Amino acid sequence: MRVSRRVLSAAVAAGLVVSGAAACGGDDDGGDGGSTPSGGGALKGTTIEVAAKWTGPEEANFRKVLQAFEKKTGAKVNYASTGENTDAYLGPRIEAKNPPDVALLPQPGLMQQYAKKGALKPLAPDVVTEVGNNFSPYWKELGSADGKPYGVMVKAAYKSILWYRPQVFSDAGVQPPKSWADLVKTAGTLQDAGTTPFTLAAGPQDSWTLTDWFENVYLSQAGPDNYDKLAKHEIKWTDPTVGKALETLAQIWGKGDFLNGGVATATKTKFDESVTQVFGQEKAAMVYGGDFAAANIATTKAKVGTDAQVFAFPAAGTTPPAILGGDVAVALKDGKGAQELMKFLASPEAGKVWAGLGGYLTPNKNVPSSAYSDPIAKQLIEQIQKSGDAARYDMSDLAPAAFGATPGKGEWEALRAFVQHPTDVKGTQAKLEAEAAKAYK
Amino acid sequence: MKAPNEEAPKEQAPPAVAGGAAPAPRGRTARERLNPPSWLAMTFLLPALLLLGFLVVYPIVYSVIRSFFDASGDGFVGVDNYTGVFKGHDNLVAVRNTAIWVVVAPTVVTIVGLVFAVLTERIRWGTVFKLVVFMPMAISFLASGVIFRLVYQQDPDKGVANAALVAIHDTFAQGTTYPGAGPRNGGNQPVRAEGGGVVTVNQVAAGQSALVPLLKVKPEYLPKDAKPAARAPASQPGRLTGTVWFDFTKGGGGQPNAPNAGESGLPGIKVEAVKDGKVVAKATTGADGTFTMKKVPDGSYTIRLPAGNFTAAYNGAEWLGGTLITPAIIGSYLWVWAGFAMVLIAAGLAAIPRDALEAARVDGATEWQVFRRVTIPLLAPVLVVVLVTLVINVLKVFDLVYIIGGGDPDASVLALQMWTESFGGGDDQGAGSAIAVLLFVLVLPAMLFNVRRIRQERS
Repeated sequence: MRVSRRVLSAAVAAGLVVSGAAACGGDDDGGDGGSTPSGGGALKGTTIEVAAKWTGPEEANFRKVLQAFEKKTGAKVNYASTGENTDAYLGPRIEAKNPPDVALLPQPGLMQQYAKKGALKPLAPDVVTEVGNNFSPYWKELGSADGKPYGVMVKAAYKSILWYRPQVFSDAGVQPPKSWADLVKTAGTLQDAGTTPFTLAAGPQDSWTLTDWFENVYLSQAGPDNYDKLAKHEIKWTDPTVGKALETLAQIWGKGDFLNGGVATATKTKFDESVTQVFGQEKAAMVYGGDFAAANIATTKAKVGTDAQVFAFPAAGTTPPAILGGDVAVALKDGKGAQELMKFLASPEAGKVWAGLGGYLTPNKNVPSSAYSDPIAKQLIEQIQKSGDAARYDMSDLAPAAFGATPGKGEWEALRAFVQHPTDVKGTQAKLEAEAAKAYK
Repeated sequence: MKAPNEEAPKEQAPPAVAGGAAPAPRGRTARERLNPPSWLAMTFLLPALLLLGFLVVYPIVYSVIRSFFDASGDGFVGVDNYTGVFKGHDNLVAVRNTAIWVVVAPTVVTIVGLVFAVLTERIRWGTVFKLVVFMPMAISFLASGVIFRLVYQQDPDKGVANAALVAIHDTFAQGTTYPGAGPRNGGNQPVRAEGGGVVTVNQVAAGQSALVPLLKVKPEYLPKDAKPAARAPASQPGRLTGTVWFDFTKGGGGQPNAPNAGESGLPGIKVEAVKDGKVVAKATTGADGTFTMKKVPDGSYTIRLPAGNFTAAYNGAEWLGGTLITPAIIGSYLWVWAGFAMVLIAAGLAAIPRDALEAARVDGATEWQVFRRVTIPLLAPVLVVVLVTLVINVLKVFDLVYIIGGGDPDASVLALQMWTESFGGGDDQGAGSAIAVLLFVLVLPAMLFNVRRIRQERS
């Protein structure tokens, strides 16, 4: 829960930043998307209610996407904001049998929960076809519960990047690293040059960054198949692949000098602090953070794109890692309107409108990188598309909340303890497995 | 949503009992005279009883029942949830911390409150002082937590606590020059790290020059007056010269282990010439990193830069680390509650008969004896009430631990564990209810004690 909430609130703010830059161009693109009334008012007179947690510029952008749908079909779409806690808003409305037609859920776990309750309507066949055309099978499966398709992944947060300060990189004469070994070497060179290489947000409230580090390393070393198995707890955390990933991580986490303020500071640092330590206080060179970290960087003097740039999370194995988080659209009511909207959201058409507005990424492979208005999003989407079928959803958000999303518990705390005792690979694995066994009952 | 409902009744229940029970002795005589019809009494009592039953009795009873069932609420598990509270590392830490809290926090707060109350009685601006000490009570726990999170920040540039420690430390200890700096890694280097310092691998004979390249020099420690590294001044017999410099060319490249253009000398480094473990000569580097040792006897020496050049800067205590985190949070609790204790105790103090104190003074007692033998015994009832109230309060401490600890299991207490188990990701309301019931049981003796006191005072 906690991860996604933070991710999303950050993403909301990120949209604010990015869309600010994209505003002028974005309107034109939006106009292009909307000015093709191909459907010709097939849904005239239908009113559809859609609920999502976005507010501010994020909401404004989404409304523009909805307008494109209205123009295309003639339906009227009402937007309702769910507030920060989606379940707290939707739960009672589902109980009262008065849900919105379509809702955007911040994590697949919630979709599974609602599907189990029978609150969701399966996707219509033509929507399934649309999803099949535009998304790789993994995303299709992610939107399914018990074999039935329910959800469409509409908006992604990209988590396989490291942010860095180009200035200190050029001062130290290093290039953004391409492989994990390179990353370790680069970190050493930066340190030689007198710059602390990393800040690490290993505070108990934000240890989700550690799970993201782990996921990136694990996906690239053990491959997507093992990743899926570990996410479902089909292989144990005591598996050698996990041990190898931890040993790899220890090459950076285990060196106190690599982390700003050493382990003592790192294990108390919150995510926003880790970003401002790099780009505000300029105490280190690199920091992990998804695309949403742009919002935190915007609170400093550094400018995203010039003073703050990103490089792909270096592959520690053979698979270039691509970890995504994001929102899943589901239909909660029968009726043609809801399914039509779902189909539209799954289409490249909606993606292109949205991409032009900024603050948006999608795993939809038919939205070309040229549709994105801001350069960082362009760079990221190329990475996502390059990774193709190997892209994966954030593992900790797929796990039960007690294991993957609770401060001071489960995977968060086990990895945080690993930062404090980076030589204790076996003990960390045993702890992870014990916590996982408890949570995946 | 359930937690506040559960907590509030626990506090309110006993006063309600007290209110109902206290008038009893007088009620008996009153009933003889007036004797209202019992149906009327019931009608008047009904709304209160209904509310009480709905808001207090039902949640308590339901929590007790729920605590005997598993996470899903379907399977009866007996007392497993209760034994579970004392199993597992995290739970035991929470139990231990709660014990520390209950023992330490009320005692310290009461003592500090007593000291403040006694001292403010004697100064002119006592009221102003009391007002200031009482002020944190007006701030919500959550805000206090946020404030103290900042106070305990690790970075001395941000956390007041560490800034103070570092300031005190640096007054007494010499600041270090180049913390973290050291030789290049990898084999075949002219210098290596040894015992925290840096030594040359090869011996240098008198009349020669030494090169001591260093890396990992943080820019913030490089003095403003540092000049580009220079070749060591030509040596003469009986002298030993050399250069200590930051062997990193901006932008990379540059020949390693030679002072290239653009590389900075490291001024202020102490250099020693060592032979057989004995320091023969000493020097300090200049602005361009060069040093010259004079009157060096013939022979070859190891050039050593002692560890004192490189020891890490003192960064204060790890307030939010495993050992200090609970004391640190208790410190913030003291900040909030000292005013409360002080005001109550000051009120008690005002009620003490002055003549008792005067009599003691006339009898030749010192101020300390008056305080120890007269004031404290007379104040004892008030002190006990304050202490017991604080114990009740401490058992349910949550906000400060939640905000300052940020979920760190090393800081956890039972009340926080109760929330985490039920709602904060644990997803096991059975276990959470068990902790809630346990806390309720722990609070009961303190409650009963307070109730009895109130009754005694009324009679």
